[in-house]
Amino acid sequence: MSADSQEPAAAIEQQTIERQQMTVDIACVGFGPAMGGFLTTLSRSLLNPDGSVRLESATSPGLPLQVICYERADGLGFGVSGAVTRARGIRGSFPGVDLTEIPMAAAVKKEKLVYLLDPTRAGRRSFTFKAADRLLRSLGLVFGRKRFGLKHGAFELPYTPPFMRKHDGLVLSLGQFNQWVSDQIAASGVVQIWPGMPVAEPLIEGDAVKGVRLADQGTDLQGHPDAGFTPGMDLRAALTVLGDGPVGAVGRKIDAQIGMPPGHESREWALGMKMVVELREDSGLEPGTVLHTIGFPEPEIFGFLYVHPDRLTSVGIFVPSWFRSPVRTAYRYLQHFMLHPYLWRYLEGGTLKSWGAKSLQESGRHGEPFLVGNGYARIGEGSGSTNVLAGSGVDEAWTTGVQLAEAVIELAEHKRAFTRENLEATYVRRRRESWVDDESKIAADSRNGFQSGVVTGMIGMAVAGLTGGRVTPAARPSSRELPSLEEAYGSRISPAELKQMQEECAAKGTSLHDRIMDRCGWPQIPMDGKLLISHQDALLMGGSVQAPPGYANHVSFRRPELCRACETKLCVEMCSGQAITRSEDAVPAFDREKCVYCGACLWNCEANGDGTQGNIEFNAGAGGLHSALN
Amino acid sequence: MTDGYHIVVCGSVVPDPLQTLEPIETPTGPALKNEMMLPAVLDPWAAHALYEAANLASKVTGSKVWLVSVGPKAKLQQVMMTIAQRVSFELVPVDSSASGFADAHSTAALLAETIQSIAGLDRSRLLVFGGWESASRGAGATMQLVGERLEILDQFQGVDQLSVQADGSFEVLERIEAGRHQVSVCQGPPALFGWATGNLPEPRNNPQVGMANMRTVMPALQRAKSEPLPAGGLHFLSATPPKQQRQTRVVKDLSPEQIAQEIAEWIGK
Repeated sequence: MSADSQEPAAAIEQQTIERQQMTVDIACVGFGPAMGGFLTTLSRSLLNPDGSVRLESATSPGLPLQVICYERADGLGFGVSGAVTRARGIRGSFPGVDLTEIPMAAAVKKEKLVYLLDPTRAGRRSFTFKAADRLLRSLGLVFGRKRFGLKHGAFELPYTPPFMRKHDGLVLSLGQFNQWVSDQIAASGVVQIWPGMPVAEPLIEGDAVKGVRLADQGTDLQGHPDAGFTPGMDLRAALTVLGDGPVGAVGRKIDAQIGMPPGHESREWALGMKMVVELREDSGLEPGTVLHTIGFPEPEIFGFLYVHPDRLTSVGIFVPSWFRSPVRTAYRYLQHFMLHPYLWRYLEGGTLKSWGAKSLQESGRHGEPFLVGNGYARIGEGSGSTNVLAGSGVDEAWTTGVQLAEAVIELAEHKRAFTRENLEATYVRRRRESWVDDESKIAADSRNGFQSGVVTGMIGMAVAGLTGGRVTPAARPSSRELPSLEEAYGSRISPAELKQMQEECAAKGTSLHDRIMDRCGWPQIPMDGKLLISHQDALLMGGSVQAPPGYANHVSFRRPELCRACETKLCVEMCSGQAITRSEDAVPAFDREKCVYCGACLWNCEANGDGTQGNIEFNAGAGGLHSALN
Repeated sequence: MTDGYHIVVCGSVVPDPLQTLEPIETPTGPALKNEMMLPAVLDPWAAHALYEAANLASKVTGSKVWLVSVGPKAKLQQVMMTIAQRVSFELVPVDSSASGFADAHSTAALLAETIQSIAGLDRSRLLVFGGWESASRGAGATMQLVGERLEILDQFQGVDQLSVQADGSFEVLERIEAGRHQVSVCQGPPALFGWATGNLPEPRNNPQVGMANMRTVMPALQRAKSEPLPAGGLHFLSATPPKQQRQTRVVKDLSPEQIAQEIAEWIGK
């Protein structure tokens, strides 16, 4: 049976299934920093100090507002990201609390912006970057490398632009932070947070969201009822709070049905991939050290290294959507990044403790959806809160959650309904009057220059940041289209050889990027079994990926004929867990037991028939990466 | 026939077995590195016992399930957020150590004392369930010691199946060597069962069960008594994790038989 012919059957089944219903006051989707801020603030206001009810439930009179939150991952600390944040909003929620007591947290002590020269000379450097490398090497010879700031193949910039600085902030493990926050909230006993429970879709009636539908359990991989079938329950609520992130199924379905504000689009993305490494004892890196890097492994790829206590460090890269390569990948680039002499002097002898990947919504204000509607509100990264100029998202997300909680408290105290107008007047007003919004305006157009090239982009960011957003590069129509393999690599590899490599990779079911990087002169990775390990070993040693049985595949391909016609298969090349692989009939195969839910396939799909929507269906699903160290 | 069973399940948290565990020496003895930072799960053997208890209780009207859990309160809270969606139970938490290096005698004494303190527990209807083994400790002795302290004479270890007969007696299948079972019959409660894996699949998440459970779980956690485990005279000379040798190869279109053959050859090397 083809994928096409299965859809109507599934649709019929969906219509005839009887579902349990439960009614609460507030249904929340996704537990991350934004939901942490929302539930932390709200849970403190549901009861009076004497234990009596302050905000009474409409569904359970006599009890406080009934609030329930569902998180897809198996644990609330399974977030993926080491983060450095100024933590202004977070600190505001915990006055008097020493946040460095959170496991893996450290106050920022040193911060450097470092330009990495290309030691391999295999990267796709433009003339400008090659010239910069030559100039820096020459000046280093003239003035003395160390004196000039050129050491270990890198140039430490004497100055970190103020808009990038996190000097008063914290290095965090988001996994440990989320776990700590969820412990505080759960201990209050007034809010329920349930991990391991994916939310399938919103319940939309007319122009209002009336709650959510949980994912069906006991299905086969196509979603058809199987042994122990349990239909996902309908959870009806006066307010649905969406904090399910940039690739969350519920938020995207609301966007698809209700639409985006005019001119808004989630166009710019990046894939962040990182490792948590236990450093050797004499690495010399001090907790609280923060390095931001540019220039290597490709000019478009930014990198970071954040040092936690107890010899742990987060090291990773961001591969942006404007990196115009048809085989842009992350894992091998991350390995080359770690092997750069400037970083390897610290990382050599280290051991992988955790690994992970995540999509970042980098459209910022231009990707902001409708923040509220009748019966729903959006918070966090999926609401466009990430500041793309400052490279900061956690604190902004947290603060939007706090703002919504304050709005909900105000509305509940005055017994006002969660209508679009009321949420606009409370939540959206607070957000528009806050530093989050002020700074997002400055950042809004700061990245326009990247449409014209990396150097233009970096200059544009610097000018926008230093002028407070008054001077920004002009916006240019952005194209999602990538160059073909021949256009990207034709100067290095003949079309016939490229074709042969493609065919061989398809036959073996492997991705193409390794072959192309080898052919372009990237050195082999000297595997050491501890830190430099194969991609598949990273899945096993970096936290382990789980896929509980009884759930449908959360990734599927809508129209197989589009996949067959797609040459680049960027979904395969970008897949963080190698869960999507080439197959002989040219429709990629999906193995959910390797999926880490990074969502890269979603925004990298080029097999779109209409230029706006990819061919990949990315739904809610259970499981994913088991690691709380990220 | 019975008016229903009082089933007490002993089960605590262990670090998620998917994590890489690293023993370290501390001033108080061996421990796992960063144990409090690692994700925790309900001990898989105890989880089977809990699911079997819930299944039995659902078939015998008037039955009730308690989960007695000795472990760090913060970790118990995290784990309850997952398992309380699956089956109905009343939590009896004790804030203490769930370390794999805890002395089985001390742990058993604390469990037995806690079980005896459960209000309304009827010994004539009492079934004590637990894991035959533990993911954090391979001694396999704790449940037997709990039974002895509770003076329960009918004890079964490595249980895969418990069937209630028409006359109220139990037929019990215990694992023995060569993949076979020993079949025993006992009259009924009180009895103790150290479960192997049972035959039940993991129950589905049920939000309504979760809502009902959490109304009692969180208050119980807030009231949890703190009982440090005495060392019990146990002294570890050394602790070593199982050695791992990893070799990854991506293959396509191999049959299960071919994969099994290759793995057997690899182990044989």
